[in-house]
Amino acid sequence: MAILHIVNKSPYERNNLASCLRLAKAGAGVILIEDGVVAAADGGKFSGMIKDAMKDLKISVLGPDLDARGISRDKVIEGIDVVDYGGFVDLVAEYDCPQSWL
Amino acid sequence: MKFTVQVNEGPYQHQAADTAQQFVRAALEKGHEIYRVFFYHDGVNNGTRLTVPPQDDRHLQKGWTELAEKHGIDLVICIAAAQRRGIMDPDEAKRQGLDADNIAPGFRISGLGQLIEGGIQSDRTIVFGD
Amino acid sequence: MSTVKKFLFLNRKAPYGTIYALESLEVVLISAAFEQDVSMAFVDDGVYQLLKGQKTDGIGMKNFSPTYSALGDYDITRLYVEKESLEARGLTVDDLMDLKWEDEDDDWAEKDSIIVVSSAELADIMEQQEVILSF
Repeated sequence: MAILHIVNKSPYERNNLASCLRLAKAGAGVILIEDGVVAAADGGKFSGMIKDAMKDLKISVLGPDLDARGISRDKVIEGIDVVDYGGFVDLVAEYDCPQSWL
Repeated sequence: MKFTVQVNEGPYQHQAADTAQQFVRAALEKGHEIYRVFFYHDGVNNGTRLTVPPQDDRHLQKGWTELAEKHGIDLVICIAAAQRRGIMDPDEAKRQGLDADNIAPGFRISGLGQLIEGGIQSDRTIVFGD
Repeated sequence: MSTVKKFLFLNRKAPYGTIYALESLEVVLISAAFEQDVSMAFVDDGVYQLLKGQKTDGIGMKNFSPTYSALGDYDITRLYVEKESLEARGLTVDDLMDLKWEDEDDDWAEKDSIIVVSSAELADIMEQQEVILSF
């Protein structure tokens, strides 16, 4: 059983991403949505944490939320998969159980 | 695949209802079934027909109503959460001796059991909130 | 309904500042009627929900913490508390309410409902679930 972790908060404001990564097991997926997408941009304080996590976890980010916030797709950390809402649905179907870090 | 979607926040204050609605539309486009959308906490505020957003803004309640009308999606508002926040259907308003109701077309008010039942019947249950 | 699914209610918020903890508890109680495999987890500020000595007279809100003691009667007997979250807040299990349930398969022996687990153990528990409702 693998979980799809959904993170919708900025790590600069709240601890949702940190808690998610603490409790995510190797093989799980993480999708960053809403304000959570800011963690996908390279060069920030949390980029190292994301890159570390990518060794064990597949990380995706919701493209429309990046675009809305003016985060250019070429700023996204290499290896993070940019998906649209359809891709989000596919991920929820692909993993066994979604978990939203609210 | 069958999905149950839980919405924990009202419209406009948080993006949760927007994301949930986009998710539901995308899931339908992909041929999935939305077994139920369950509105809990402030999410019950998605179901008042009295919201009047500016004309150039999206109308979230109408978006839900349209999904119910076009795709027969079951939109369920939690009764306990709704009573606290003043979301009333005609029967409940009458039972409480209130002078008005405000539930939007396509929504129904029911118990929390509908959320659990949705979780049992669906392949995936996904929560959108703050 | 014959299907039994594993439901986990994950709580990460302190009580009273927002309504999430109270309304989470309301769902948990309802879930008992469906005879599912239900457990709860308390992570981050969610651990504050279980603190003993809650007194709400001064804020004019109902103290709902006694409800946690009733969970055992609803066959909700596993309340996982993340050790790392306790430690980060300077808390130990002794700061939490003493919640018990009676095991009818073991001559009604009283057992602890609160189970302190490490992050790694909780991650394993989460992976076994079929529905995770987070509050």
